[in-house]
Amino acid sequence: MDWQGQKLAEHLMQILLLAFAVVAFATGYIMGSFQMMILIYAGGVVLTTLVTVPNWPFFNRHPLKWLDPSEAEKHPKPQLAVNSKKKSVKKN
Amino acid sequence: MARDSGIWQNSFIFISVDFNFSLRPKIKRQQLQQRQGTKTGKKKKMHSFGYRANALLTFAVTILALMCAIASLSDNLNTPSPSAQIEILNINWFQKQPHGNDEVSLTLNITADLQSLFTWNTKQLFIFVAAEYETPKNALNQVSLWDAIIPAKEFAKFSIHTSNKYRFIDQGHNLRSKEFNLTLHWHVMPKTGKMFANKIVMSGYRLPEDYR
Repeated sequence: MDWQGQKLAEHLMQILLLAFAVVAFATGYIMGSFQMMILIYAGGVVLTTLVTVPNWPFFNRHPLKWLDPSEAEKHPKPQLAVNSKKKSVKKN
Repeated sequence: MARDSGIWQNSFIFISVDFNFSLRPKIKRQQLQQRQGTKTGKKKKMHSFGYRANALLTFAVTILALMCAIASLSDNLNTPSPSAQIEILNINWFQKQPHGNDEVSLTLNITADLQSLFTWNTKQLFIFVAAEYETPKNALNQVSLWDAIIPAKEFAKFSIHTSNKYRFIDQGHNLRSKEFNLTLHWHVMPKTGKMFANKIVMSGYRLPEDYR
């Protein structure tokens, strides 16, 4: 995913879940059936999971620009501080 | 010993390096362009699959809890109008037990229409008939005579002819020519939320003067 896609996924999840909750409650109340409300909501949760959780291509429409490998070599990974680790081992 | 500590240090560092790389969300250290672009200087984190799944599940369960709370509140909109009559058809026997307590056996005819108590959020209705009377020792005695569970609206309008399911025994021997009320209590048990309980009091019943 990319940043826009991540934002879209999060918004989509919230709006879809809320919409399904409202529809489920209204249907259950009007039909007088608690089971109908739960079934519609469960279906909605499954649908929302399928739409927002996997890494679909439409979440990656503004792909991130990665550095070339040649550029990356000029900026090496920072080294971890060795001294602090020595102290914690000695205490044990 | 020096050698040993050296090995431990290296393996410790190795393990900590691995830990950082596998469990933290991916930080784009190579996105120099992006870093320069952010005005607040705050690091953005990419949400992983697990993060999204967890967020979705938590949000879904929270909304489910809210829906159930609203469903329970909607029960208050219901205005029930139940009705009931109880007739004592026969007093089968009225005895004094060896230990001194009175006991009565009755045959009752219970007629009731409790359909208006059911809502979409009702699982079942628990009803029971209690005899209430006063004695010198206690201001109120309640003895449960019969109960039933009504699972659905269709069964809520009924007329039943039965002897008392539970024994009507007094604490003492106060029941001769005793006036008592028969009360029909009901508990509306919901699918989610608050349980409502109420009753209808029917008065004017009296036990005979002598043992039979």
